[in-house]
Amino acid sequence: MTETQTPVEAVGTARPTLLEARDLHVGFPSRGRRARAVDGVDLAIGEGEIVALVGESGCGKTTLARTLLGLERPTSGSVLYGGTALEYGSKALKAYRREVQLVLQDPMGSLNPRQTVYEAVAEGPRIHGLPGEQEVVASALSRAGLRPPERFFLRYPHELSGGQRQRVVIAGALALEPKVLIADEPVASLDASVRGEILALLLRLRDELGLSALVVTHDLGLAWNIADRVAVMYLGRIVESGPVEQVLTAPRHPYTQALLSVLPESPERVVLTGEPPDPTRIPGGCRFHARCQVLASGRAAEAGVDGRCRAEPLAVLPAVPTAQAACHYAAAVD
Amino acid sequence: MALLELDDVSVTYRIAAGEVPAVRGVSLTLDAGTALGVAGESGSGKSTLAMALLRLLPRDARVGGRILLDGEDVLAMKWGRLRAVRWAEASIVFQGAQHGLNPVQRIGDQIAEPLLVHGLAKPDSARGRVAELLEQVGLPAWRARSYPHELSGGQRQRIMIAMALACSPRLIIADEPTTALDVMVQAQVLTLIKELLAERGISLIMISHDLSVLADVCDRLAVMYAGRVVEHGPSREVFHDPKHPYSAALAAAFPTVGDPVSRLAPKGLGGDPPDPMDLPPGCSFHPRCPVALDVCPTLDVELWPAGPERRAACVHVRPEKAEPAETTLEVS
Repeated sequence: MTETQTPVEAVGTARPTLLEARDLHVGFPSRGRRARAVDGVDLAIGEGEIVALVGESGCGKTTLARTLLGLERPTSGSVLYGGTALEYGSKALKAYRREVQLVLQDPMGSLNPRQTVYEAVAEGPRIHGLPGEQEVVASALSRAGLRPPERFFLRYPHELSGGQRQRVVIAGALALEPKVLIADEPVASLDASVRGEILALLLRLRDELGLSALVVTHDLGLAWNIADRVAVMYLGRIVESGPVEQVLTAPRHPYTQALLSVLPESPERVVLTGEPPDPTRIPGGCRFHARCQVLASGRAAEAGVDGRCRAEPLAVLPAVPTAQAACHYAAAVD
Repeated sequence: MALLELDDVSVTYRIAAGEVPAVRGVSLTLDAGTALGVAGESGSGKSTLAMALLRLLPRDARVGGRILLDGEDVLAMKWGRLRAVRWAEASIVFQGAQHGLNPVQRIGDQIAEPLLVHGLAKPDSARGRVAELLEQVGLPAWRARSYPHELSGGQRQRIMIAMALACSPRLIIADEPTTALDVMVQAQVLTLIKELLAERGISLIMISHDLSVLADVCDRLAVMYAGRVVEHGPSREVFHDPKHPYSAALAAAFPTVGDPVSRLAPKGLGGDPPDPMDLPPGCSFHPRCPVALDVCPTLDVELWPAGPERRAACVHVRPEKAEPAETTLEVS
């Protein structure tokens, strides 16, 4: 393993970087073409920081999360944990997965229906040969809010409510005492009243255990509810990132502006038309230009950047905690 | 004139362990050309209620009360009449559109099927009508030749809406029509639904657990808990100024981005929905209620007036010694 200096620390962030994607590219063959699912991403998650990764289906956010977990190998670029590049040998990955744990969406699909709660949570500790299994399981369940834990040991998933099942999934991740949780749409399949409870649990885990989290979601309200920082992804790239208050109340990228404008309650809607973005056909110039409302309305032309929007690609946003947007128009009018 | 009138509707499932009261005495009225949102969480009875409207429930469900569609009792209809009513007068759009389509049949044939079955088109004229329907939901006519797997989730949901529109029904029942969709696609589908309501005078019953979506599309909202309507009124008022603590919890669950109150403070509701076979005594919401009083475990409050055109089933809206409210709700 090679020690590398993270550039983020050089820039000076409030939190030291724990997990980082550096110039990450992940591609797949797709129907005779090549899908560039992650197409140049720099992203850093600090210690005790909750980052929301936001975007539509097909933007590459789940592939990015899987690559950060070591479940996909990057085509180029690297994943760094604690400043060290991730290695893909089975022993190194096993050690890595004690530190960085996945919380899946849809607890009904990710729990084995014929396995008790105890067995589901004990699986990780057994694989890693942790001593004192019963205490480990009990403590993970109670930290996930299932108390008293013994009452849940012998229950089966179908005997639990949706919220309780999601807590079991979170307890399974907590059992290994990880430093980072990567949660893919952790509340998308849950009822409205349960949603807030699970989000509050993620916040409490950060406060009490100092856990970092990357929450992958298409739900901007979720980012507002729990995240410190938000990164908005479009067609394989992060197009805007920064502190939640700044990005979600004063978005600078037209794509972020459109996403926020379609929330109920927002005064003026920008409903983007056209087909969902296709990572096998990433347009030239700005990758958003074909759907961009600022370009279509002529405002980009007024600012004299329309030619660049169509022809000049934007640089990859660096992994800095301050607010930034990859947009020719935003750069011109600021 | 009321297009749909529910009078004390109840649904009980008979299972091996006993009887499960899923819907317990719901009375609602839907006027022609208006949209009613029904909110609630899993197990509140909202989907069971929607299925009961067109008698789509399994055999072990017993439906009581009266369901009047254009004055005609749906529960008393003969099988043939019911078949004619489904699709032609009222149609239903289910959640999870992905699974509602036949994967090995072309889209156009699936949209044409109800037209041919109901004798509303001949095989040769059906193609034109299919193209027209696709256009109404914002898809090009050539999509008729596609198979479901060639479409995105949002496009499949548009197909489901095109099918529901095929026989020009007056009422559409939409059960979580946007739940599995992305924000931008959800916005596209909701915009489409709103346009169809405005342009074609269709009435809508929309079911969701997302109060903010319902408030956006519907004129009125009914919030269900444990098989009953616990609050009812104009949708924006119910969303912004809920009178029942359960509606308040649902409204707070989806934060307004930019609202400092919800920043780093997700709002949930403790506890779990009650087991319908073992409902708490008194107000069935009291074990989870943040503002429950001493009387709540013994006092089962019915819907009471809670402002102009509003009702709520909560002791907090009940003035001392007020006269009981009428059981039927008037919906303007």
